[in-house]
Amino acid sequence: MSIAEQPPTTETPELKIVKDATCTFCGCVCDDMELTVEDNHITKAKNACVLGKAWFFNHHIEDRPEATIDGQPVTYEAAFDKAAEILFNSKNPLTYGMSDSTSEAQRVAVAITDWIGGNLDTTTSVCHGPSGMAFQGVGEVTCSLGEIKNRADFLIFWGGNPAESHPRHFTRYSLMPKGEFIPKGRKGRTAVLIDVRKTKSAKAANEFLQIKPRSDFELAWAMRALAKGLKIDPKIEEKTGISLETLTDLMDRMKKAKFGVILFGMGLTMTRGKHINTEAVLSLARDMNRHTRWNARALRGHGNVSGADNVVTWSTGYPFGVNLGRGYPRFNPGEFTSSDVLAREEADAALIIASDPMSNFSQPAREHLAKIPSVVLDPKLSDTARTATVAFTTATYGINTPGTVYRMDDVPIPLRPAFESPYKSDYEILKEIERRIRAKQLGV
Amino acid sequence: MTLTCITNGILQDPANDIDGEVRNVWIEDGRVVNAPTDPGRRADKTIDATGMVVMPGGVDMHCHIAGPKVNVARKMMPDDKRTAEPVRRTALTRSGTTGSVPSTFATGYLYAGLGYTTAFDAAIPPLLARHAHEELEDTPIIDKGFYVLMGNNHYLMKQLQENEPERLKSYVGWLLNSTKGFTAKLVNPGGVEVWKSSGGNATSLDSTIDHFDITPRQIINGVATAVDELGLPHPVHIHANNLGVPGNYNTTLDTMNALEGHRGHITHIQFHSYGGDPDDQSTFCSKVPDLVEYVESHPNITVDVGQVMFGNTTSMTGDGPLGYFLHKVMGRKWFSGDTEMETGCGIVPITYKNKSLVHAIQWAIGLEWYLLMQDPWRIAMSTDHPNGSSFRAYPEIIALLMSRDRRREMLARVPGGLKERTTLADLDREYTLNEIAIITRASPARMLGLKNKGHLGIGADADVTIYQPNEDYQRMFELPRYVIRRGEIVVEDGEIRSNAEGRLLHVAPKYDDGAIDNIREWFEKNYTIQFRNYPVDENTLHEREVIGS
Ligand code: SF4
Ligand SMILES: [Zn+2]
Repeated sequence: MSIAEQPPTTETPELKIVKDATCTFCGCVCDDMELTVEDNHITKAKNACVLGKAWFFNHHIEDRPEATIDGQPVTYEAAFDKAAEILFNSKNPLTYGMSDSTSEAQRVAVAITDWIGGNLDTTTSVCHGPSGMAFQGVGEVTCSLGEIKNRADFLIFWGGNPAESHPRHFTRYSLMPKGEFIPKGRKGRTAVLIDVRKTKSAKAANEFLQIKPRSDFELAWAMRALAKGLKIDPKIEEKTGISLETLTDLMDRMKKAKFGVILFGMGLTMTRGKHINTEAVLSLARDMNRHTRWNARALRGHGNVSGADNVVTWSTGYPFGVNLGRGYPRFNPGEFTSSDVLAREEADAALIIASDPMSNFSQPAREHLAKIPSVVLDPKLSDTARTATVAFTTATYGINTPGTVYRMDDVPIPLRPAFESPYKSDYEILKEIERRIRAKQLGV
Repeated sequence: MTLTCITNGILQDPANDIDGEVRNVWIEDGRVVNAPTDPGRRADKTIDATGMVVMPGGVDMHCHIAGPKVNVARKMMPDDKRTAEPVRRTALTRSGTTGSVPSTFATGYLYAGLGYTTAFDAAIPPLLARHAHEELEDTPIIDKGFYVLMGNNHYLMKQLQENEPERLKSYVGWLLNSTKGFTAKLVNPGGVEVWKSSGGNATSLDSTIDHFDITPRQIINGVATAVDELGLPHPVHIHANNLGVPGNYNTTLDTMNALEGHRGHITHIQFHSYGGDPDDQSTFCSKVPDLVEYVESHPNITVDVGQVMFGNTTSMTGDGPLGYFLHKVMGRKWFSGDTEMETGCGIVPITYKNKSLVHAIQWAIGLEWYLLMQDPWRIAMSTDHPNGSSFRAYPEIIALLMSRDRRREMLARVPGGLKERTTLADLDREYTLNEIAIITRASPARMLGLKNKGHLGIGADADVTIYQPNEDYQRMFELPRYVIRRGEIVVEDGEIRSNAEGRLLHVAPKYDDGAIDNIREWFEKNYTIQFRNYPVDENTLHEREVIGS
């Protein structure tokens, strides 16, 4: 059962080059990778950034059983049966994770949750959930990353540090590239970084505005007022650390820009104020369209978190925090979001896909998750996989499996796997579980 | 193979000149077949349609049901769904939400529930085609496809600027093959590019488009020519410039003239039939009679209506500047999303009120189109779902067309000023069942070039809707007795009996692939994805059928 027990391949390992492969490590979803594969290892990853290289090079097939039940190695078949039984017999199951999986697999996970009437939630509820809610409040004026590349002459990075979190964002999409109407590239753009601390991204920007912690909302609101031509109390400096003079000058230049973009990160969405911060920034970008073109865009983290939002939305009408227990979708973040369902000890089983809540949820949520039967799909032996009732070892999306991934700007990108894994993909495993649950439900 | 017979129904099959005759319809292998010649051969399955009306399945040629902007609207508006009756999961079928923008599974079931078996999404950005395909695969039962947004495409505009019509044509062919789309769609040609680059718009067919030094007129003519030369089953599908603006009927006339005899479909023409002064709302009025006269005398042109009905809905469009305009008028939340090299997008919630004279005029203008067009083969029913209203309003619209009295009741509840501004109150025409069958299935199928849809002749897809006659036409069309798709009963008395996948309908025109190097060079300079990752791989698609050629 263990892969190591299989006879070794005798063929000489061939050198394979995979062009136009995709890195799914961050929301940039760069699809220009040129991977060199030797003996089921990626030995070169041309065009990848440091994070991407780490993602590709650290990927090797681990010597792990294909599945375990209560920690004991079993066959996939046995694990499918057990997983289906757990989920079929549960009364209030929870499906969580999904953002590091293909949209094809996400669709099956949603189907299973629909058939068994569970809670459906993704990692959005712990990262950009507040932006989702702000969006529901005020809407959004936004554009694809290529619009930024081709037109943006004014960039504001707010509460994000792409130099470290999305290393190729600057070079590929926003700051550096020569674009259709920005022939001079970097020289044709002004970049301002707004953050509470001076991150690595500050070096790349023309200006850095260090704001006081927890003053994002006040700052955005003041800028909205300035955009409307209203008078602002100079005390704004006490609150935000930014003088009225600096702000007024910034606003003048924002109005003179041809095409501006505010790119915001979790420094905005996960600090005090959360969704009202984002509402303020989305409103600011929207209001600026009275003067010239402005857009806003969230810097999303995980590879396919945008895909998860999309799939859950088209299937249920809502992006995350959905409950299907009454036979139809209901939406209530704070009630049906995973950490809440777990912390209230309501879930009686869990299906966790390519995510590790045991390493980042609150203690009460973790304690409850450890207590209930769970089915976990992960390429690695994560903390969550370790406590699982049924744990599946999976092939890694993008490296071993084909499928579709949505970039942070919702552009869907196909995956070109580099080499085959002995393990099954999320999609294949979830399909088997779904088939068994359906057979039980339909009595066939 | 199972042989099915629908017996003794009153057949309405206008494409085959059958108007209300009692006939049997034989079905085998998903298609309509001849009655067996062997008198001993009996049907394996009989559906007794005695006393019932039998029609081909409905065809919606213009709606917004899948893809990026539809999904953004779903995300943006949980409020729209809270009070709307959800679609419950059954042993066979998935659950969903409704409101003005239903979830994908709900969309398939709701269309089927109304007797519709085919629908086309009208506006997909090529870069995001993959997303549309994923959603369409999750839209059960109905056959479906989409139109590809091209009216503000940079490569295409560049070819017009450089006067390279052959390259333009090859590009249209390449793009349709790459996206697995159905035809070229123009949305506010040129105007969206002006919005994207400067926040403005193109206000006439001769406005100059920033950076490209061409005009909307050239875009319309160039793409219409290419589509005709590629021999696509459906012509260029045009959302004209100046949508919603008083006085825009002149732009609409200009648009039809710009075709210079090429085939063209003018969509949601209701929104483009306005008289009056753009700066003076009080002069707003209908110009339908002028436009009908033009359309009737130009056989190269077909239209669908884009009927407005009163209530809450969502405006969603590839027309970015229109989204901004509506946001300013309504003061409500607004989504705008621009896609590199290709298009824009605007979404705004909207409420059409019967107490508003402007909204009432829009409502009346839609009805005028149906009632003034003498030739029903050149007009198709649509609400531009969800823009004018949901597709779920079709039964109510049918009832309004079939009953003058019902229209009068509605007219009594709208502002009196309507009478001087539209001809609706003077129109006595009542649609017959045969004419309803034309505008809801036979004519859209014919306009789309779908030879196996919209009729029940030998060889047609066995998509059939069976209605129980009722004096209340709305009721009759809301609740078909049976809906059959490819020979399988998918709906019975409002119950969904199938979770079938439905089929993707797309074109695959031949084009000069010598043009690809030039496309590739331009592509690699400007896009943010790899050229090889742009085309949709057909192996990732669900069941599909190539239409035409
Ligand atoms: S920027 Fe992100 S997607 Fe691109 S190579 Fe680096 S980690 Fe991968
Ligand atoms: Zn439309």
